[in-house]
Amino acid sequence: MKDIKILTAGDSALLVEFGNEINKEINQKITAVVKIIKEQHIEGIVELIPSFCALVINYDPRVISYDEIKKRVESIFELDIAVGETKKRVFEIPVCYGGEYGPDIENIANNAGLSVEEVIKIHSSRDYLIYMLGFLPGFCYLGGLDERIHTPRLANPRLKINAGSVGIGGSQTGIYPLDSPGGWQLMGMTPVKTYDPDREVPILVEAGDYIRFIPVDEEEYNRIKELVERGEYECVVHEGEV
Amino acid sequence: MGIRILKSGMLTTVQDGGRYGYQSQGFSVAGALDIRSFKIANLLLDNPENEAVLEFTLIGPTLEFTSETIIAITGGDFSPMINGEPAPMYTAIYMNRGDILKFGSAKTGSRGYIAFSSYLNIPVVMGSRCTNMKSKIGGFKGRKLMNGDFIGFRIKRRYLPFFLSRHLEPENFAYDEITLRVIMGPQNDMFSKQGIDTFLNSTYTVTSEFDRMGCRLDGPFIVPKDKTDIISDGIVAGSVQVPAHGKPIILLADRQTTGGYAKIATVATCDLYKLAQSKTNCKVRFEEISVQEAQRLYLREIKELGMMIKEIHKP
Repeated sequence: MKDIKILTAGDSALLVEFGNEINKEINQKITAVVKIIKEQHIEGIVELIPSFCALVINYDPRVISYDEIKKRVESIFELDIAVGETKKRVFEIPVCYGGEYGPDIENIANNAGLSVEEVIKIHSSRDYLIYMLGFLPGFCYLGGLDERIHTPRLANPRLKINAGSVGIGGSQTGIYPLDSPGGWQLMGMTPVKTYDPDREVPILVEAGDYIRFIPVDEEEYNRIKELVERGEYECVVHEGEV
Repeated sequence: MGIRILKSGMLTTVQDGGRYGYQSQGFSVAGALDIRSFKIANLLLDNPENEAVLEFTLIGPTLEFTSETIIAITGGDFSPMINGEPAPMYTAIYMNRGDILKFGSAKTGSRGYIAFSSYLNIPVVMGSRCTNMKSKIGGFKGRKLMNGDFIGFRIKRRYLPFFLSRHLEPENFAYDEITLRVIMGPQNDMFSKQGIDTFLNSTYTVTSEFDRMGCRLDGPFIVPKDKTDIISDGIVAGSVQVPAHGKPIILLADRQTTGGYAKIATVATCDLYKLAQSKTNCKVRFEEISVQEAQRLYLREIKELGMMIKEIHKP
C-alpha cells in the first residue's frame, strides 16, 4: 500500500501513518489492519493504539527486535487489505433528550433555527462511526454529525458534567464516560454506562464500531437505569455488513 | 495486618509496572515512573517482577507496621528512619510489629520505592494493581494515599533465604545534569534542520511543571517547518512533544493515550529513570542514537538486573 509510512516511536513502538486527514476510508483501513495484526498473533506485540489516521504498535524488544517487527508489519501491507468487509457493529445508546437531562438542547435548537423535536430527530437518525477512543477512558471520537446541528461549545465550561451526558461540541457529538469538566452543549443523558471499571468488559465499544442514539422517555430511562444498576442491562448491538 | 499511613507525604501511590492492554480505550498506562528502581526493590525480596510497591515523590510518607514483614527501599535518598534510627537502602530489612518507618524529603533523586515481602493487599483492576489517578481506578481506591489509610498484606512471608547478602550498592541520583539518549521521530520531519540542531545541541532545564504525566522543559525554541499541530495520534512513554511554544514536553507514565502535537523524538527506555529521578532546574541534553542501539542498551539493562539477582543470592 502506498501512502503508508512506518515510523519509529522509540525503542518499543512503531507509528504507522495511513494518511494525514480525518476520513472514513483511512480510518476503516486502520480498523482492518488492527484486525489482521490481532489475527496474526505476532509474538512480542503488547498493544495497539489506533487513532484517526495512524496506528501505534507497542512491542516488547525483549521478544521481537525493531528490524523483525518492521519486516512483519511491512509484509502485512503487501497483503490486499479488504476494507469494509469487516462486520459492522452498531451499539444502541438510549438517550432521554431535553429537560433536566439535556439543559442546552434549546441552545442547540436556537443556534440551528430548528425545533427541539427536529434536533432530536436529526441527532438520532444516523449511525456514528467511532474513529478512536482517547482523552478519557471510553471517550469516543465520533464522526458524521449532521452539519445542521453543529453548535459552538459553551463560553463558560461547566466544572462538572455527569457521566452519561450526551452533548455536542462544535462539529462533534459524544457521551461523557465519567464525571468531568467540559464545555459541550448537553442535549440528553443515557442510563447506559459506557464505562464501568467493575464490569468484566469495562468499555463496551472499540474504534471501528458505530453508535446509534435511540430517543427514550423518562419512564423508559428510569427502567433501563434500574436494570443497569442491578447489572442486568445488556446493550442492544446490531451486527451486519457495512 | 499491614501498614498504616501516618503521614502520606506529598504524593504516595500504589504502583506496579503499569496497566497495559487498555490504551486503545483511553486508559493511561500509569505504573512506576522509575521502572528501574521499582524492579530493584522487588528483586531484593524475590518478589514477582511486577509486584505492587509504594511510590513516593519529593516528600516521603511515615508508615506504621502492624505486623512483621520484610521490605526494601530504593530510588532517591529520602533519609529513611526506622524508630528514629537511620535505615539502609537497597537492602532487605526485617520490620517488626509496631515499627515506624519515616521518610524525609528527597536529598537526592525525586522518587522513592518500598517493596514488601508480604505483598500489598490491593485488588487487581484490569490486569494491574497500579493507581490511575485520572480514571480513579486501581491502587488504593483509585487515589493517592492519605493520612490514616490502611493497606493489609496478602500473605505472611517473613523469611527469605540468603538474608544477609540481600544488599546492593545504592544508585546515585545526586546529579544536576543528565543526558537523555533519544531515537529521532516519529514526526521529526516536521522540524527544520535548524530546529533539529537546536534540540540536539542545546541544554534544556527541568521546570516545576513536572508530574507523573510529563515533564516540561525550558530552553531554546525548536523551530518547526510550518506548524506542530498534528491529527491526534498515539503516544508512548518518553515521547518528546513540541507544541507551538517550541519547548519540549516529555511524556511519562500517566500520559494521555493520544495527543495532537508533533513528536520530534522518543527517549530511550533505558534512560527514562534518569528523568524520573531529576529535580526542577536539572539540566537536560539530548543525544541521538539509533533504534537498534537503544534496544541493545535496553537488553543490557535487563541483563544487569539479572546479575543483581545472582549477587543477592550468595550463601
